[in-house]
Amino acid sequence: MSMRETFLSTMDEALDVDPQLAVVLADISADQLAAAKLRHPDRVLNVGIREQLLISVAGGLALTGMRPVVHTFASFLVERPFEQIKLDLVHQGVGAVLVSSGASYDMANAGRTHQSPADVALIDTLPCWTVHVPGHAEEARRLVLESLVGDCNVYIRLSEQANAAPHLAPGFQTLQRGRTGVVVAVGPTLDKVLAATSGTDVTVLYASTIRPFDAAGLRAAVEVTGVADVVLVEPYLAGTSALFVADAFADVPHRLRSLGVRRGAEVRGYGDMADHDLAHGLDETSIAVAVKEFLR
Amino acid sequence: MTTATESGFADLPRLLSLMTGDEKHSAASTSTLDVLWVLYDRVLDVSPSRMRDPARDRFLLSKGHGPMSYYAVLAAKGFIDPGELADWGSDESRLGMHPDRMRVPGVEISSGSLGHGLPLAIGSVLGLRAQRLSRPKVVVLVGDAELDEGSNHEAIALAGREAMDQLTAVVIDNSSSTHGWPGGIARRFEVEGWVTRVVDGRDQDALAAAFTEPHPARPLAVIAVVEPKD
Repeated sequence: MSMRETFLSTMDEALDVDPQLAVVLADISADQLAAAKLRHPDRVLNVGIREQLLISVAGGLALTGMRPVVHTFASFLVERPFEQIKLDLVHQGVGAVLVSSGASYDMANAGRTHQSPADVALIDTLPCWTVHVPGHAEEARRLVLESLVGDCNVYIRLSEQANAAPHLAPGFQTLQRGRTGVVVAVGPTLDKVLAATSGTDVTVLYASTIRPFDAAGLRAAVEVTGVADVVLVEPYLAGTSALFVADAFADVPHRLRSLGVRRGAEVRGYGDMADHDLAHGLDETSIAVAVKEFLR
Repeated sequence: MTTATESGFADLPRLLSLMTGDEKHSAASTSTLDVLWVLYDRVLDVSPSRMRDPARDRFLLSKGHGPMSYYAVLAAKGFIDPGELADWGSDESRLGMHPDRMRVPGVEISSGSLGHGLPLAIGSVLGLRAQRLSRPKVVVLVGDAELDEGSNHEAIALAGREAMDQLTAVVIDNSSSTHGWPGGIARRFEVEGWVTRVVDGRDQDALAAAFTEPHPARPLAVIAVVEPKD
C-alpha cells in the first residue's frame, strides 16, 4: 500500500476507536473514506472543493474539543489556505493534524499547479509545529497514529516516493558511519542517499521527523565523525532546514551543502518523478556528485 | 428582565466613553451595539462562569475591527473589568484593536482578518454535532463589507446544505461594501437554503424576535440594517 492508502485505512480504523476524532476532506480521498462516513457521518466531513473552509472547519472543530485530521493535496492544504492555517489554527490556539499527499512532484505530469515543494518552508513560518516526512508506509502509519494523540499542530507529508524499508525509531537515526562528514537524508530521499554514499566514508543520518529538528542528534553525529561538514538532502525546497543546522552549530565553525528542490527556476516540465529528481539534482548520481565534491 | 435590560443598556454609553473619551458616539462606532446587547442580554445562554461549559452558546465576532461595543457589552456582563477599558489598545492592555481569544475572557475567536468567523462557526457547529450537543447555538457577527471575502461564500453554501439549525449569522448592514449586493444581502443566504430575516438593527425587540423565533432544519441569517457608513 502507498503512504496515502495506508493513511486512509489507518483513519478508517481510528475513527471507530476515538469519538473525538474527525476527518475533514475537500473531495480528495472522499471515495476511500466512504465506508467510514457511513459508520460516522458526523465525523467524516467533506466540504467539497473549498480549501479555505477545509482548514476553518478544522479550527472550529478543535474549538469545540474535537481532534481534526485534515487531508488533501499539499498545494491545496498548505499553500492555498495558508492564512486559515495561520489564523484559524495557530492564532486561535488550537491544533489539527494536516496530512498532505502529492509532495513536491508526485503528480509530475499534472504540472506546477499540483506541485508543492514550499509546504514545509511555509509551515516553518509558524510556531510550534511538528513536521513528519515519512519515507515508508509503515512510518506513515506510526506517525499518523502518534499525531492523533495530543492537541498540537502536526503536518504529515505523504509521498508516492518511498524507501524499501521502514525506519521507525524517533530522532535522527544513524544508518551509516564515516569520517568525512554527515549526510542527513529526509524521508523518501533515503534510498537514493544510501545508494549515492555507498562505499564512501560518510555518516548518513535518517529523519522521518524534521520538526522539531534533532539538533542534539546531528551534533552527536558530528562529534563522532569529527568534522562539522553537513549535507542536507530534503525532498522539498533546498535549504528548508538550513537555519536549523546553523542554529545547531551556532558556536562551531561548520560547512553546509543543502540539496533539495531548486528555488531558482519555475520548472515547467511534465514527465514523471524521476524526471523531476533529475531536474532538481535529487537523483542518485547528482547526490553522489554533490556529496563527493563537498565532503573531501 | 425588562428593568435589567434598560439599566444595563443605559450603562453602555459610559463604558464606551471610557474607550473613546467622547460623550457622544458616532453611528459607525456603535453599529453593532444593539445587536450585541440583545444577544448577550436576551438570546445567548452564556456567562463568565460557563466559558468552559461545552453546552454553552457561542458568540463569534468575525468583524473584529471597531470592538468598542463588544468590549463594553463584555464589561457590562461581567466578562471583563470595566476598569480595563480606559487603556485599551495600549501595550499594557489585553484589549486590542482586534480581540484575542487567548487573552480576553469571553472572547470565543481571535479576529481581525475578515472572512474567518463564519467558516469557524461552521466548524464549531459540526464539532458540537459530532459530540451530540444539539442545543447550543453558534451566533456569528459579520459585516456587509466583510461578505466581500470569498471564504464566507464557501461557508454559506455548506451551512445551508448541512441544514445547520444551530447556526445564526447576523450581518450588520451599514452599506459599506464597495460593490454592494444587488437584490439584497438576504438573497445570498436564501438561495443556499437559509432562513433570512431583515430587521432594523436598532430595534432591540425586533432583533430579539428575529434571533429567537424557530428556524427548524435551516441556518438563520439576520440582516441587521443600521445607518449607512459615512
